[in-house]
Amino acid sequence: MIEVRNLCKSFGDVEVLQDINACFAKGKVSQIIGKSGSGKSVLAKCVIGLYAPTSGEVLYDGKSFQSMEKEEVRQLRQEIGMLFQSSALFDSLTVLENVMFPLRMFATMNERQMRERADFCLKRVKIEGADAKYPAEISGGMQKRVGIARAIAMNPKYLFVDEPNSGLDPQTSIVIDNLIQEITDEFNTTTVVITHDMNSVMGIADEIFFISQHRLMWKGTREELLRSDNAELNAFIFAGSLMRQVKQAMKEG
Amino acid sequence: MALLFHIGRYFMLLGEVFSKPERLKVYWRRTLEEMDLLGVKSLGIVALLSLFMGAVIAIQTKTNIDSPLIPAYVVGFTVRQSTILEFSPTIISLILAGKVGSTIAAEIGSMRVREQIDALDIMGVNSAGYLILPKIVACALINPFLIMISMFLSIFGGWMAGTLTGIISSANYIQGVQYDFDAYIVTYSLIKTVVFAVIIASISAYQGYYTTGGTREVGISSTKAVVYSDVVILIANYLLTQLLLL
Repeated sequence: MIEVRNLCKSFGDVEVLQDINACFAKGKVSQIIGKSGSGKSVLAKCVIGLYAPTSGEVLYDGKSFQSMEKEEVRQLRQEIGMLFQSSALFDSLTVLENVMFPLRMFATMNERQMRERADFCLKRVKIEGADAKYPAEISGGMQKRVGIARAIAMNPKYLFVDEPNSGLDPQTSIVIDNLIQEITDEFNTTTVVITHDMNSVMGIADEIFFISQHRLMWKGTREELLRSDNAELNAFIFAGSLMRQVKQAMKEG
Repeated sequence: MALLFHIGRYFMLLGEVFSKPERLKVYWRRTLEEMDLLGVKSLGIVALLSLFMGAVIAIQTKTNIDSPLIPAYVVGFTVRQSTILEFSPTIISLILAGKVGSTIAAEIGSMRVREQIDALDIMGVNSAGYLILPKIVACALINPFLIMISMFLSIFGGWMAGTLTGIISSANYIQGVQYDFDAYIVTYSLIKTVVFAVIIASISAYQGYYTTGGTREVGISSTKAVVYSDVVILIANYLLTQLLLL
């Protein structure tokens, strides 16, 4: 479980996050939603420790990240898997080497065991026959899947996913969403997804956190989301034509 | 204030770079790859420049000291001294700062803007150590070999230009190359080379590591890497010369 307490973040005079309190449960997919520039990516970066909060703290299973020693942070990070918006695969390494990378750096395995683990992870994300290819030689959807394979290579306790569906077609988006859901269930990870894709929210979110005007405006489940009377939230979620049709259908019973 | 900020951040980054590696084997393998990329792949340009450098020094020396009072072997002597003392370690290092420095800054800068350095950090890898230490070690190990090859080729280039154009006989040139040789100048030159190699790799890596923005900023970082490496090499060259030769 990850708990965010009274978290504030400023860049110079610009306040990006104000007094955020949230709890991301184990074995659930928590999605942080909000408009571009609302501060959701900054929140995620504060949670994983890429940015230091101006005030407040983040607790991983009850232990404050801010009070951890450098070595403890490194240990914790070995339990974190992350899929970046750009996939962030290493260009100079092949698909297989990318997945084996965290194992080479930290795992106490021999070459054969590492290879087996990497093969398992690649098969888990349904990638076969692309071991020797470089990231530039595979599609965006495949890059995302390889990114997920790399993220789960070390059996993470926490999984962070930044804009998993950006730049993907609707069908591939569903494949990626389903993978995130399956991996959360299978590995019992605390999964945090940053997105503004309402299809993804309605498909896999267990808990939703809506960030707006630098604050946590609303939190709840998918069912509560559709019935919320929060005007700002409604303006955001029903902006797309598909969601407007959903709303219309709900009105008509 | 900005200068002090960058100096402070540079040394803090070096602190990270020289902290304990996660896996020595992985770091060593990366160092070998970097030696190939940054050193062996620079051999062609170093060889070409050195040959012509020596040739030009020989011809210019001859045309400037064309006096019956000055012995002919001075051409060989001058080529040797200027090559070993200054041209090979300093000029070739300045040129390497352009080639190697921009490569390092562009590579690390691209990794920064494409979130690959964030990915390393999230995995718990010391990104500064993993990316920068192998480059510094590789440059410090391979550059002395490049510079020694450069010294040889520059002197050889001087001999070729001198004998092919007929401005000096082979015997006179070789006599000049051997005349009053003090091996310490090679030691001095190699010390400079190692210091310059560390400067090139670390300053360029610093510029790349703290790149923010997009591809335009990667280009700016590469340019800054070359300019700042050159400036620091020139300052270090002066300080080392005073320290080691006076």
